[in-house]
Amino acid sequence: MSETSLAISKFSDLANPTRFLALAARAIPWLAGITALCFTVGLYLSFATEGDYQQGETVRIMYIHVPSAWLSMMCYTIMSVSAIGTLVWRHPLADVSAKAAAPLGAAFTLLALVTGSLWGKPMWGTWWVWDARLTSVFILFLMYLGLIALSRAIDDPSKAARVSAVLILVGFVNIPIIKFSVEWWNTLHQSASVLRLDGPAIDSEFLRPLFIMAIAFTLLFFTLHIMAMRNEIWRRRIAAQRRLAARMASREE
Amino acid sequence: MTHAFYVYASYGFAALVTIAVTAWTWADGRARRRELAALEAAGIRRRSARPKDSVGNGE
Repeated sequence: MSETSLAISKFSDLANPTRFLALAARAIPWLAGITALCFTVGLYLSFATEGDYQQGETVRIMYIHVPSAWLSMMCYTIMSVSAIGTLVWRHPLADVSAKAAAPLGAAFTLLALVTGSLWGKPMWGTWWVWDARLTSVFILFLMYLGLIALSRAIDDPSKAARVSAVLILVGFVNIPIIKFSVEWWNTLHQSASVLRLDGPAIDSEFLRPLFIMAIAFTLLFFTLHIMAMRNEIWRRRIAAQRRLAARMASREE
Repeated sequence: MTHAFYVYASYGFAALVTIAVTAWTWADGRARRRELAALEAAGIRRRSARPKDSVGNGE
């Protein structure tokens, strides 16, 4: 067997739902443990570091606001990659991944919106403005809710998968809009200060807790995503077995 | 602490959301596992998990 085909067969082994379940059972306790550890260190640093000379203590809101905002976009990107997997390769796990990620994405987007609002009131003097960044993130939140509703409204799983995948890909246009909204338009929301071509524009005093919290949030997302994917695989197996049982019962009558 | 309300409200809400999502995912998993166990107890298994001789034609 050539090296490439070996690599492909290894990848498809991983993508087999039964193998995925075995891998998930092994990975989840480790992921959960490392997540808890990162949150312990991150939360300690979030409150142990200095406040900002202008923003005072409210700078601590950044340590949860920025990671949840980052996750809200990463989750949608994962869903878009999954949607391509559904449409191009009809991969059985791709739709499971997209469906499992949507509620998590909605939760983290809501978290970003609420913590942003709680940061905006003392620093901007308002809970909310309809500027480009805030509005585009709000639209992302509505899209998550719409996708959750859509995938649950269609009974036929393969049809639901295809329709959702198309909508996910159409909605992906919003992700670069969110990212660059602060550069393209004049917004009350500040422009990027961590991921910049000329390096981060914030002091390392704030970068350290932010970095640890970003890792903690990302690990939490992956832990929950794998758990939710496992739940979805189980849900589909249960449905298939119930159908089979009903068919067998009707034949016996 | 200045603006303590905003800082604690943010962390409180973050704790609420993350704990709620984790609990929901975990509870969903437990419920599915129970359903699978109930099906197993009723003798309904996946085709691949059944012994070969019990597999009927085309089923």
